Amino acid sequence: MKVLKFFLIVILFFTSSAPKADEADKRNKITKNLRCLVCQGQSIYDSDSEFANSMKILVDRKIDEGFTEMEIYEYFQKKYGEWILYDPNLNKNTYILWFMPLLIFFLGGAIILKKLKKKHN
Amino acid sequence: MKSKLLPFSVIIIFVIIFFIFYKGLEDSKIYTPDINTKKEIPKFNTKEFFSGVNVKSSSIFEIDKVYLLNIWSSWCVPCRQEHPFLMNFNLENKVNIIGMNYKDKLNNAENFLNELGNPYTEIFIDLDGTIAIEWGAYGVPESFLIYNNQIIKKYIGAINQEIVDEINLLIK
Repeated sequence: MKVLKFFLIVILFFTSSAPKADEADKRNKITKNLRCLVCQGQSIYDSDSEFANSMKILVDRKIDEGFTEMEIYEYFQKKYGEWILYDPNLNKNTYILWFMPLLIFFLGGAIILKKLKKKHN
Repeated sequence: MKSKLLPFSVIIIFVIIFFIFYKGLEDSKIYTPDINTKKEIPKFNTKEFFSGVNVKSSSIFEIDKVYLLNIWSSWCVPCRQEHPFLMNFNLENKVNIIGMNYKDKLNNAENFLNELGNPYTEIFIDLDGTIAIEWGAYGVPESFLIYNNQIIKKYIGAINQEIVDEINLLIK
């Protein structure tokens, strides 16, 4: 009986705390990807400014309201523009940033392949 | 022919990288807010400053009227500087000045208004700063010119004579 009780408590403990932990992770992830606009080079997560504290409250509220991570980013992007996100989306201003590494990778690969072929011949 | 391909592609890559860095140099690294966007004003619930009664944003801003929403706080030094301009503005009675009291203590805010005068037709409270974020603001003082429930222009920082003249031109 005691063992059963113990297991029940353990199960209850884990099931009740797991969603909360998920939520905290989600909150941390989101606040780390939002830029504190009044600070220099700090995320909302890192900063303790008035602006950042209000943003944290609002992020919490949005999570409680059931917003997904992307929806929260979109919400803030609408208010403050792309600059508020640390991880920029793919658009006409950022396509070079996204495709440059791929382009260099393929170009380098092509050069190496050519050299190898040359050696074989 | 084949041996020329390598130096050629290296040069191309360097040119592209140079172009990217050069473009990056021109961009401002400091956040420059978009001040001319016509956006719908946000909807929010808040409390009236003096009475503490719950109010909805829709009951504050009416269609067909020009409003100047001013975010202020008693602890904000530039707010003190801009206050005389707001007082003058109120005397001319061209726009309804709405105050948003930002993260303030009620007592301090009341003292501030008693000392410098109250230019606001209505004041509501933003205790945790979240309403300011709904508006896309990022500090105090900040002002929004509103007509037909749309933000016509956003003024970041203290209101001065130049801004007053501009607003007068805009609302003519």
